[in-house]
Amino acid sequence: MTQPHDPRGNLVRPYAVTRGRTEPSRDIPIEAVLLASPAAVQESRFAGHDKYRIAVLCEPKALSLAELAAHTRLPLGVTRVLVADMVADGLLQLHSAAPKTGFTERMDLLGRVLGGLRKL
Amino acid sequence: MDFASSDEGRTRPHPTEITSAKIVVAGGFGVGKTTLVGAVSEIEPLTTEAVMTVAGAGIDDASKVPEKGSTTVAMDFGRITMADDLILYLFGTPGQTRFWFMWDELIRGAVGAAVLVDTRRLTDAFAPLDYFENRHLPYLVAVNCFDGAPRYESEEVREALAIPARVPLIMCDARHRDSVKAVLIGVVEHAMATLVTEHEHATPVG
Repeated sequence: MTQPHDPRGNLVRPYAVTRGRTEPSRDIPIEAVLLASPAAVQESRFAGHDKYRIAVLCEPKALSLAELAAHTRLPLGVTRVLVADMVADGLLQLHSAAPKTGFTERMDLLGRVLGGLRKL
Repeated sequence: MDFASSDEGRTRPHPTEITSAKIVVAGGFGVGKTTLVGAVSEIEPLTTEAVMTVAGAGIDDASKVPEKGSTTVAMDFGRITMADDLILYLFGTPGQTRFWFMWDELIRGAVGAAVLVDTRRLTDAFAPLDYFENRHLPYLVAVNCFDGAPRYESEEVREALAIPARVPLIMCDARHRDSVKAVLIGVVEHAMATLVTEHEHATPVG
């Protein structure tokens, strides 16, 4: 049943799980971490297999968008669409990536990362 | 003592805001990016794949992509949990430098980058170095000292690759944790120094 010569093959199939949407409802950085809301696993049970898996993965531990894509074996773009939906539905809490502006804020973060590396 | 706002049967402490930062490890194919990430990551390096769509083909040279229309780009990454509220991710760029569109996404919001260089294939470093020279992101050059590879002095490598004096260059062994630690510390220190310099230039002297 495979159609190896369909040039759209790899493009279309991954996005079937997002019902064809390729644009997430919000931009989520690849390193931003997500944590499941208290009722997320229960509530996502009927939200589709992939959303349920994402909720289960983010229940015990905060995981980045990149980790969720790797664990679910879904392409990054597909995972981003699903995760953005789940954030909008209150199933996942989106945590912040590193601040991009503000001298003090950026220096504070760099200082903390430096301290963390030195302790390794 | 009651949690008045809680409408669930059980209460669960709200996690504090978790900040995540990333450092990008760039370089040509087979230069040791994943080895470097694995040397310090708390998890086995993971792979995430991005499907390059037709929209990305305008940026890429489509004539070099065998399957016109879409292709898959793989990126390896690792994680270091530094505190309950701070996680550092290390992302290796896709080996093929033609996937610039993916590099752009990877470096967005990054703390800084390390360009890994193999002295046996110095020319592979030109494209990544060019890329970072034209982006606003602090980076350093880390020369991965492979066993049996010719050893050069830092200045020889700097000259051969035309690396500007303001870009730090260090020798490393991507297999060894302490060596990789030094590379990452170098990236963050350089990022801090760059930020301070920019801040001083932006602040009127009075």
